[in-house]
Amino acid sequence: MAAPTAFGEPRFDPRFKRVGTRGVLYSVATFFALFAALPFAWMLITVFKANTDLYKRVNNPFLYNDPPTLDNIRLLINDTQYPTFILNTFIVAFLVVIITLIAVVPAAYSLTRLAGRWGESLGIGIFLVYLVPPTLLFIPLTWVVAQFNLKNSIWSMVVVYPTFTIPFCTWLLMGFFKSIPWDIEEQAMIDGYTRLGAIWRTILPISIPGLLTVVVFSVALTMHEFVYALAFVTSSSQKTISVGVTTELIRGDVFFWQALMAGAAIVAIPIALLYNYFLDRFIAGFTLGAVKG
Amino acid sequence: MSVTGIPVRAPSLPKTKRQPRYLLERERVLGPLMLLPAIIYIVVLVGVPLALALAYSVSDVTVADQSIDWVGLDNFRAVVKNSTFQKALANTFLFTIASQVIVLVLANILALVLSTDFHGKRLIRFLVLLPWTTPIALGVIGWLWLLDSVYSPIDWTLRQIGLLGPDTLFGPASNIYWLAKPDLARLSVLLIHVWRTLPLATVILLAGLTAIPQDVKDAANVDGAGFWRQLWFIRLPLLLPIMAVAVLYGMIFTFTDMTVVYILTRGGPIDNTQVLASWAFFKGVDGGDLAQGAAVALFLFPVMAGMAVLMLRLARRTETS
Repeated sequence: MAAPTAFGEPRFDPRFKRVGTRGVLYSVATFFALFAALPFAWMLITVFKANTDLYKRVNNPFLYNDPPTLDNIRLLINDTQYPTFILNTFIVAFLVVIITLIAVVPAAYSLTRLAGRWGESLGIGIFLVYLVPPTLLFIPLTWVVAQFNLKNSIWSMVVVYPTFTIPFCTWLLMGFFKSIPWDIEEQAMIDGYTRLGAIWRTILPISIPGLLTVVVFSVALTMHEFVYALAFVTSSSQKTISVGVTTELIRGDVFFWQALMAGAAIVAIPIALLYNYFLDRFIAGFTLGAVKG
Repeated sequence: MSVTGIPVRAPSLPKTKRQPRYLLERERVLGPLMLLPAIIYIVVLVGVPLALALAYSVSDVTVADQSIDWVGLDNFRAVVKNSTFQKALANTFLFTIASQVIVLVLANILALVLSTDFHGKRLIRFLVLLPWTTPIALGVIGWLWLLDSVYSPIDWTLRQIGLLGPDTLFGPASNIYWLAKPDLARLSVLLIHVWRTLPLATVILLAGLTAIPQDVKDAANVDGAGFWRQLWFIRLPLLLPIMAVAVLYGMIFTFTDMTVVYILTRGGPIDNTQVLASWAFFKGVDGGDLAQGAAVALFLFPVMAGMAVLMLRLARRTETS
């Protein structure tokens, strides 16, 4: 039986149709979609609003009362450090991905193939580390980061972020490795490869979708992180997007609203798309495999 | 994690394999060795800081004076006496419990809707998931603007339909001032927590719904069980463990979150929306009192540990059933 995915085969229940009519279905779905998307819709509308339009209380906030403008995006790119934030985020994400892969691939392999019956329990134990919240650790970690002389630099995030990507991705990748038959590397080893050679030649090529998932979630988790970045970095040249946008574009009572919205929307939408695509993997990992079927 | 999914090593494999020549070929050496980088990382950057947090909380360390001198439970005593602590503790529990009760109800409805087939489902799903898939800090910025004291579009809409302004239901002021009044500010934070954790609970429940075996549904249909009977006697009981998983995650993420409060209200007005996590941040980082900040953050720990244990038990239960 193929493992059902979170959004796999639509199971159409004829009784549902009889009780709840299409109308109810659509209105409930629309209500939730509006509730979820309202702030983002509002962001996108605001991005292109002229100041004269935005700051007039009688204006309909959902329409363009003055012609839409690109000035705000120009301001964001030319007059703020937004491009730097984006570049920093990419550098951090890239390095975090590398560190994560180096630690996670052997760990997941070891736990699924070499650790015997302890593998699964140990794997869950490592996954639970992912749930240790940044809000519990940021104070001592600030000290640790200072000891490495990394405070106020993007390197502090490069070093600390794998503390949550490694636990999460180890567990994720274990799921992939488990689904690969043992015979494949056994055969390679009988053919004369060492175990490491067999992993390199057989397991890794088959696991490319799994490795891709690891990459995607390392990037996504890096972009989501806020607390550590806020605690470790104060100079604006070293900030990443989440913190840069929320601290540099909000100065006291002066809000560059449209630029702020643009800064948020430009990153939010692509990450959401990426996440959406890999969601089933995420859920299978999150439910500790309980609904894998 | 059904055991059947894991291919067992073929027992017929010839035992004639020679003793591995290299050390790296021995499973007992290679296994731990491959695990080592991950373990070292976690021990050095999670284990050590956790121990350090404990040490901080019983010392007098500040940003200015980094030496760790033993002061016993003084920090905890000082923290507990602080009136902000009581507010923060109450708020933390209020936000966590209230938001997850609401999420549980809404997620069940939403999962049920999304488990049927209709046009535009993929779009609806994408939109519904946005609050979870977007970095939380950026999502909250959208809300910050929606709840603005002057230009809030919510206020504008209320004014247009005659609920806000002089001589109206919510009047006489022409703005609600969402984030300036303690109760409304708390409501706003609560609302955003619901908004943010609803998608996760929904997709977890949806995965659970999809996993209900078709033959169970068929049998119920053959027996003539109606929609509500099926919902009450089949879906909900079967979904119970997975519902617990969803709620536990929601609780963990809400309980330990400081981002929503930090961006939306900074704990204000006058610490009325402060939660443990945000107060620890203001004390430890902005205030420079590392010892008391660590002490506040440590109050998160027992509850966190409890939730982790519950999670493990649930995982084990769903595994055996």
